[in-house]
Amino acid sequence: MELFRLTIHELHELLKKGEATATEIVGSVFERIEAVEGKIQAYVTITKEEALARAAGVDAAIKKGKGIRPLTGIPLAIKDVICTLGVRTTCSSLILENHVPIYDATVIHKLREEGAIFLGKANMDEFAMGSSTENSAFMKTKNPWDLGRVPGGSSGGSAAAVAADMCAGSFGSDTGGSVRQPAALCGVVGLKPTYGRVSRYGLVAFASSLDQIGPITKDVTDCAILMNAVAGYDPMDSTSAMVTLPDFTRALLPDVKGLRLGIPAEYFIEGMDPEVEAAIWEAIRLLEHLGANTEKISLPHTDYAIATYYLVATAEASSNLARYDGVKYGYRTKRSMDMLEMYQRTRREGFGAEVKRRIMLGTYALSAGYYEAYYLKAQKVRTLIRHDFEEAFKHCDVIITPTSPTAAFRFGEKTEDPLTMYLSDIFTISVNLAGIPAISIPCGFTKGGLPIGLQILGKPFNEEAILRVAYTYEQNTEWHKRKPNL
Amino acid sequence: MKITKREVEHVARLARLELTEEEKERFTRELNSILTYFDKLNELNTEDVEPTSHVIPIVNVFREDEVRPSYPREEVLSNAPEEEEAFFKVPRILE
Amino acid sequence: MKYETVIGLEVHAQLLTKSKMFCACSTKFGEPPNTLTCPICLGMPGVLPVINRRAVEFALKTALALHCPINPSCRFSRKHYFYPDMPKNFQISQYDQPLAQHGFITIRMNGESKQVGIRRVHLEEDVGKLVHAGTMAEAQHSYVDFNRSGVPLLEIVSEPEIHSPAEAAEYLRQLRAVLMYLEVCDGNMEEGSFRCDANISIRRAHSPELGVKTEVKNMNSFKAVQKALEYEVKRQIKILEEGGRIVQETRLWDADQEITLSMRTKEEAHDYRYFPEPDLLPLEVSPVWIEEIRSSLPELPEERRRRFVLHYGLPEYDAGVLTATKALANYFEECVSLHPQAKVVSNWVMVELLGQLNKDNREIEASPISPQALAELLSLMDQGVISGKIAKAVFEEMYQTGEAAGAIVKEKGLTQISDEEELLRIVEEVIAQNPGPVADYRAGKEKSFTYLVGQVMKATKGKANPQLANRLLRERLGEPGKQTAD
Repeated sequence: MELFRLTIHELHELLKKGEATATEIVGSVFERIEAVEGKIQAYVTITKEEALARAAGVDAAIKKGKGIRPLTGIPLAIKDVICTLGVRTTCSSLILENHVPIYDATVIHKLREEGAIFLGKANMDEFAMGSSTENSAFMKTKNPWDLGRVPGGSSGGSAAAVAADMCAGSFGSDTGGSVRQPAALCGVVGLKPTYGRVSRYGLVAFASSLDQIGPITKDVTDCAILMNAVAGYDPMDSTSAMVTLPDFTRALLPDVKGLRLGIPAEYFIEGMDPEVEAAIWEAIRLLEHLGANTEKISLPHTDYAIATYYLVATAEASSNLARYDGVKYGYRTKRSMDMLEMYQRTRREGFGAEVKRRIMLGTYALSAGYYEAYYLKAQKVRTLIRHDFEEAFKHCDVIITPTSPTAAFRFGEKTEDPLTMYLSDIFTISVNLAGIPAISIPCGFTKGGLPIGLQILGKPFNEEAILRVAYTYEQNTEWHKRKPNL
Repeated sequence: MKITKREVEHVARLARLELTEEEKERFTRELNSILTYFDKLNELNTEDVEPTSHVIPIVNVFREDEVRPSYPREEVLSNAPEEEEAFFKVPRILE
Repeated sequence: MKYETVIGLEVHAQLLTKSKMFCACSTKFGEPPNTLTCPICLGMPGVLPVINRRAVEFALKTALALHCPINPSCRFSRKHYFYPDMPKNFQISQYDQPLAQHGFITIRMNGESKQVGIRRVHLEEDVGKLVHAGTMAEAQHSYVDFNRSGVPLLEIVSEPEIHSPAEAAEYLRQLRAVLMYLEVCDGNMEEGSFRCDANISIRRAHSPELGVKTEVKNMNSFKAVQKALEYEVKRQIKILEEGGRIVQETRLWDADQEITLSMRTKEEAHDYRYFPEPDLLPLEVSPVWIEEIRSSLPELPEERRRRFVLHYGLPEYDAGVLTATKALANYFEECVSLHPQAKVVSNWVMVELLGQLNKDNREIEASPISPQALAELLSLMDQGVISGKIAKAVFEEMYQTGEAAGAIVKEKGLTQISDEEELLRIVEEVIAQNPGPVADYRAGKEKSFTYLVGQVMKATKGKANPQLANRLLRERLGEPGKQTAD
């Protein structure tokens, strides 16, 4: 049996029945990694020894009668933006190339407690800035469905690793679509939880008011299982919400009868790939067929979301990235005579072009004389965008949109003009501005064999509704079972 | 012109980024195009709109004033580019 | 006066919390470098701040004591500048929505009360400490200790309503007293827990426009503040008199040379790029909370001073001196409770005790004489066991050895001679040995009487009860018009 092919819940069943050991599972996944990593390049760091040692520990504990929890012995990949004690966490940046955190992120701590096994750290756009993972300082992760195309980003390594069966599931971070868009482009499931649902402690900050950690999985059930492990209030994160925590797996009901699906007019306009649009309408028709009702809704400020997002995100990023200065950790230039030179050269040599561009943009947006025109203005428009969703959700339970206007694009296709790349985030960023949850699930393939993602948006702290719709759709389709030919 | 090369230089200095001539030119060009796109926001009247700093309606989150052990110094300094005698070491400061 | 001085003061008071502002590291002073740090106060990638509740309570207490209305909603902002002692290269502070504004403090100058406006009271975090051999500019390297990084500071900014260096010193004394009465700050200027920067300008008397100001830093005692500002006033007047112009700049007080020196920074205008801290949620201080804090406020120096005048009948001056610190006022009140003669106690505390303590540079807390011990001494004097003169000698002995008054008096045989028979014998001896002065006295020279009293005191080594000695002498010498029978 090819254990590496299985989902988390399938592996869990085998472990429970004693038909597989954690060591076998982890061993199988490493065999897969060794077979395809050369093509995919999903991992910045692979921690094989630690993973195998931990698997042996898990097996020993199971032998002694320790209970098998849903993630016991399950091998996961972690985006290299989440701090792992003793394992270098680079954010795919030269400036943190040799940075070894001295603490675990809260989600890592929780996953350890649940018995999960970490395979390594997944590649990403530097500091999560990008939509193609081309901005990694170390390597270009390939889309498992077409090695000439990007896996999406910024969590490209996490999504590609899941799609290529190089892990059972993974975690990414989503600031403007960085979990959902690569999930869509790689044909897997990706969830961005409500802002405040999952602790950000230990997630290296890009844009603090937008960032959330989210799972990337082979199916919707696994997504709910991973959410159960990481969601919840954390006293270390003031912005994590003290709200009742559901068992997300209980939302997995194959039934959407009477549910109202909002279809926003603004998301079905020019510029969208017709194949993508057709797949989305097909999915909507299937859900209607399964008993859901559709409602036409309007999100009138959608057109302003990209400008708003790039102002808020870059301003916060310019601040969050000020700490990389060669003093306390990370890279320091070899050639400096004094402090000012040290700062300027360290940051010049340590950051890549996109990161510098965003630091410049954000610094400018916050600087004297421009704060009101740019940053404050964007914060106000952000309010309008939030209100759009509040209004829309009076008329529907979830909102259905495409995840990305196109399927996976070719390397280099959008790197020339930064604005083109920014515009590809059009369907995902409003969700972060509003702080609401959204999931991307596979809903078809282009004629060229590239996966297409369906995005389902929910009300704040109602991940259950989107999981339910996603699960129902998945139970009635076969898209998630297709595997790339590697 | 939204932003001049001189302003780009000023912003780079604020952000402590050394830029090459080529980068200055390129950033001036790119930032101009991006900022022009951002002008879109001016189509909206936001006079009476409250800015959103946080999307969650929570206030007054505290921790109690309790001391927990600090980290061992070896760990704290383990990632330091340069250290000496228990301190982080930095080049001379002229400003 | 041709010129008027305008001073505004900015005080940074370190709050007496056990842990830091945003993490659980200890605030202890004087520990080995970099031993009181953690990922949070080192600004490591991925960390988040959480507000220390007690720091907010201390800030609220102070704001209420300074008669500031509390802002119903306040928030933290990030203040950006690069400096190696600041781990994140931004400081979490408060900007457009501080905790409290528009209060005042009452100070007394030359026996008159005056209110100085408080512009704002806000919370922020301290930075680390830079260490270097020699001056910063000469040193080839600097060394950073982050133990202080993240210690809670309260910034208290006055209105520019202080009009002399002496007034500035008085404002600081009073403000420090308030903080110490509240027990929110230890007031230690040498260890930097109470720091002051001053903005000072001069203008032609009655001119409505403010002059160009300089900012003076590095003053670590009240005396230094007064001297630095006096120097600055003279310097600025001289420049104006010579037709020059004041340069707006930061100047450092050099305590050795007793001058202020320009910092000569490349005056790149500061652009702090403030924006609301996305990792912290706003504070909303409810009226109930405010009342709770208000009702917990102790008696403050101003109230206590008034009570000392009304209740103990002390002169304003005494009341002012005795209430300067909480410890001193407590000392006085404890002593008076045992020896209820307020003015006597006041005199002894102010003249003898403070005289000695000041000479030794000691605080009242370190007094070798307890209030109980002083009360015992004053009671011995009051009961006539010892004379005032002997009491002073006993006081000295108490101060040096820490022994009780009674023990010293007994051990050294200092008990006053109040035995009429014994004293009469000595009086007669003195009369017999001083025929000259006796004759002079009888001839009407009152001065000779004083001489004879002195001789009696000399013969008794000061132990004669002065009233008794007086009476016996007069009786023996025969007072004109006041013949008495033996």
